[in-house]
Amino acid sequence: MAEAKRIERPLSPHLQIYRWHIPMLTSILTRVTGHGLVAGVLLGIWWLFAAATSEAHFAIANAVATSWFGDLVFTGSLWAVWYHYLAGLRHLYYDAGKGLDIPTAEKLGWACLIGSVVLTVITILLVQ
Amino acid sequence: MRYLTARKRAEGKGASHSGTEHHWSMTLSAVGLAFMVPAWLYIFGSALGGSRAEVIETFSHPFPAILSALVLVIGMRHFAMGATGMIEDYLHGTARKMAVIFVISLAWVVGAIGIFALLKIAL
Repeated sequence: MAEAKRIERPLSPHLQIYRWHIPMLTSILTRVTGHGLVAGVLLGIWWLFAAATSEAHFAIANAVATSWFGDLVFTGSLWAVWYHYLAGLRHLYYDAGKGLDIPTAEKLGWACLIGSVVLTVITILLVQ
Repeated sequence: MRYLTARKRAEGKGASHSGTEHHWSMTLSAVGLAFMVPAWLYIFGSALGGSRAEVIETFSHPFPAILSALVLVIGMRHFAMGATGMIEDYLHGTARKMAVIFVISLAWVVGAIGIFALLKIAL
């Protein structure tokens, strides 16, 4: 067997044990936003596919995409993509071995949270 | 029993059993997407809400069409690999295999539908 030695190591507590703090919240949100984006992608791809296929199909997809439901999905996805974007840049910065001390990590977390909202508003203003 | 030293077991593998390949691939797609996504958001957001003729007009130009295809393919690969990472953290055994197969299939299907639509509009 390849596993020659099994050492009984202490297990780290599950995340629900910890008090919520900014680096933890912003780390988890990266994963949540990344996966939540599936909703926007599905709606967007359906809409594009409908535009490519027929007038009748587009009428249905476009009605959904531009309804309050579509606005909700696309606005949420827009925030999610900007949040994931900033958190991804932060990840690259961390990977370079920088910004890992607690005060800087907390500042970067706030930058992701606030920056994503600001970029979402700017994008909506630009494309409307 | 084969004699394997701790080093021999660990060499080039690590906890992932595949070294840093996954991490590096995510880094590559992340950097690529970071350059493309802002422009793509502007193109897609501007097209959204238009008539079918306007949408077809937008995506029949080379830049929006090629950019959308790249964002879609690289984005879906980034998603499939990221989702696989999450599944591997929380699921085990058969459930893990089924979930990984599902997200990778979903990424391929979404990618294929999107590419079909883009080709049909652009060509």
